[in-house]
Amino acid sequence: MRRFQVCLAVVVLLTALPLYAQSKAKVQNVPEIPFDSVANALKLPDNLYLGEGIGVATNSKGHVYVYTRSGATRLFEFDQTGAFVKEIGQGLYGFLFAHAVRVDKDDNIWAVDEGSNMVIKFDPTGKVLMLIGRRPEAVEGLEAGPPAGTPPPNAQPYALGRPTDIGWDAQGNIFISDGYTNSRVVKYDKFGKFIKSVGTRGAAPGQMNTPHGLQVDAKGNVYVADRGNARIQVFDDNLVLRAIYDHVGNPWTLCITPGPHQYLYSSNSYPDSNPAAARDITGEVYKMELDGTVVGKFGKAGKQLKEFSTIHGLDCRNENELWVSEITAWRVQKIILHPQQATKPTSTSAAR
Amino acid sequence: MKRILTLSFVALLILTAGHAISAQQQFGGAQLAVPEIPFDSVPNFLKLPDKMYLGEVPGVATNSKGHVFVYTRTGTMTATLGGSRVFTHDGSRLFEFDEKGAYVREIGVGIYGFLFAHVVRIDPQDNIWVVDEAANLVMKFDPNGRILMTIGRKPESINVRNYEPPAPPAGARAGGAPAGEGRGAGAGGAAGAGRGGPPPAPPVVGAGVEGESFNRPTDVGWDAQGNIFVSDGYGNSRVVKYDKNGVFLKMAGHRGAGPLEFNTPHGLAMDAQGNVYIADRGNNRVQVLDNELNFKTQYLNVGTPWTVCVSPGPHQYLFSSNSNAIGNFDNGEIYKMELDGKIVGRFGEGGKQMKQFGSVHEIDCRDPNGILVGELTNWRVQKLMLKAPTSSTQ
Repeated sequence: MRRFQVCLAVVVLLTALPLYAQSKAKVQNVPEIPFDSVANALKLPDNLYLGEGIGVATNSKGHVYVYTRSGATRLFEFDQTGAFVKEIGQGLYGFLFAHAVRVDKDDNIWAVDEGSNMVIKFDPTGKVLMLIGRRPEAVEGLEAGPPAGTPPPNAQPYALGRPTDIGWDAQGNIFISDGYTNSRVVKYDKFGKFIKSVGTRGAAPGQMNTPHGLQVDAKGNVYVADRGNARIQVFDDNLVLRAIYDHVGNPWTLCITPGPHQYLYSSNSYPDSNPAAARDITGEVYKMELDGTVVGKFGKAGKQLKEFSTIHGLDCRNENELWVSEITAWRVQKIILHPQQATKPTSTSAAR
Repeated sequence: MKRILTLSFVALLILTAGHAISAQQQFGGAQLAVPEIPFDSVPNFLKLPDKMYLGEVPGVATNSKGHVFVYTRTGTMTATLGGSRVFTHDGSRLFEFDEKGAYVREIGVGIYGFLFAHVVRIDPQDNIWVVDEAANLVMKFDPNGRILMTIGRKPESINVRNYEPPAPPAGARAGGAPAGEGRGAGAGGAAGAGRGGPPPAPPVVGAGVEGESFNRPTDVGWDAQGNIFVSDGYGNSRVVKYDKNGVFLKMAGHRGAGPLEFNTPHGLAMDAQGNVYIADRGNNRVQVLDNELNFKTQYLNVGTPWTVCVSPGPHQYLFSSNSNAIGNFDNGEIYKMELDGKIVGRFGEGGKQMKQFGSVHEIDCRDPNGILVGELTNWRVQKLMLKAPTSSTQ
């Protein structure tokens, strides 16, 4: 592998904000983890379609939740066999533009919506339990956006600016990566009361450029996918910066496995505009120790099974059974890792 | 590959700005002696069918049978592109529940005027009145849910407004509206620099036009004769009186802070004598007008009134909510008062848990000891059972 970092042509995202270059990961000589993708892991009823696969998460029973930009933004539940169970939140006021779904230890379902600037907590049956943030009013119609270069307004305790992801510590405190407009991580207590926040826009340690994903480990450390800065920033439970991992490309999303030995997965996703130059140097997912040591990687950019086209959601409740949602492929893949075969090539045949 | 930072990073707390934006009063003038009214919140009072969700609940009201009507911002206001004009529909729904909280039905499915809910009120004949802030409409339904009358007219289309930089901190604005709940019609255009002659009279902001031209109306009430009173609203700053058939009679008020001036008259309630109680939110007061819209008095000691309610019966009480602003959970309590402004007690606080309030937007006090509150930011209705005040220290 080449040592040098390749800077790509600027990748323009949906809204032209933020601008950053998807980069080749600095880490070298990473073992490939053999894997399969389960064919047709999710069975959608007729006339029900996934759109952009934005968020995917499992609960303790193995049910799978998919938060998707379909015609409207929608939240679907599937059982552990992939059979469709139900839709949650039809026509919900807070569903405008999906960004993440995560399930907490009590199987509550949390949706993060970057269109409504809201985080919505559902109980396991789909009833709304709590809200953070507020959908902007549109009483007077549409308002033109600020001119290019306008600095973002100061972040407010209870106002989210295109939030991206959510996690919880063992006490139930809530951490939100916020987001495209704000550039911070916010901590609330379990009742949604603001505690503190950290971060402004920038590239210095502790600053952020599109904190795009977030996970919390068992000790309460907060891992932030600081995508535009091509690094993972690790904060302790009080949001004090503890470490920076800048060797795994541009992290789009993270997940952390449960259990006594936790692993961190991070996706150096193939950018959503599918630039040709990035195809060969992005698309892979890294498996890491919590201290940043890379254990292995898998996957590459592409549209076929076992290839990834802009991973946006990762679920790793089971260390070797990952759920991966992709933006531009409009799908969710169930990935079975075979780490014990790490030195052997494997076939690409799909299981099941 | 990785860099461990021993740097102890000072968390950048951008806290205080949230308070600066809100003009919410931290406390009313005479609150220290106010007794607390103990209360319970009935768990899961409203039972919503599967696949049906409340959004923000600006409106809740009961009829004479105890049925509960909820006017909620739910679903998505849909904009249809039509060249330079954009046409809108949907965005709010009206649900009816029975006295036990069981779902009965939806009223006004797909109706032209449900864009951005503001309140629902029930008159003595159990007609259902809906005020929609974006449609600039007051809609009267009969008890069966058929349209009987409309006042105002929905704008034909909406346009894209130019970008407005964020407002300066609210400390610098006289009586600014609480953060996040829309913007008022600013303080008026500057008078032109006339040359010669007397300076032009300053424009009267928010007086509105005689008739039905609402600008983001907020609430509705009736006197014993059935005359209709509308608080109007965010854009206008006035109270309008119509007869029971919807014929314009008179109006009063414009933007300002003096008597008969308003800064977002956000709620309205009537007593049995036909007096009008206005939640003059931006001015942190309840203004009381007589039936002919003359100024009578004002109550300055109950924080920032978002909504008011007057209970029925021979001994009427006035409830007023010092709701927490959207951007914080300060305040949030509701005051129970005599009609003359004497405070009986207070209850509640801002927050997301049961017995806490997320920006109470309407109170129903048909039963003064079993009231309903609709909350904006908690997307729910709570039924509150009030008990006797713990102590009377007044």
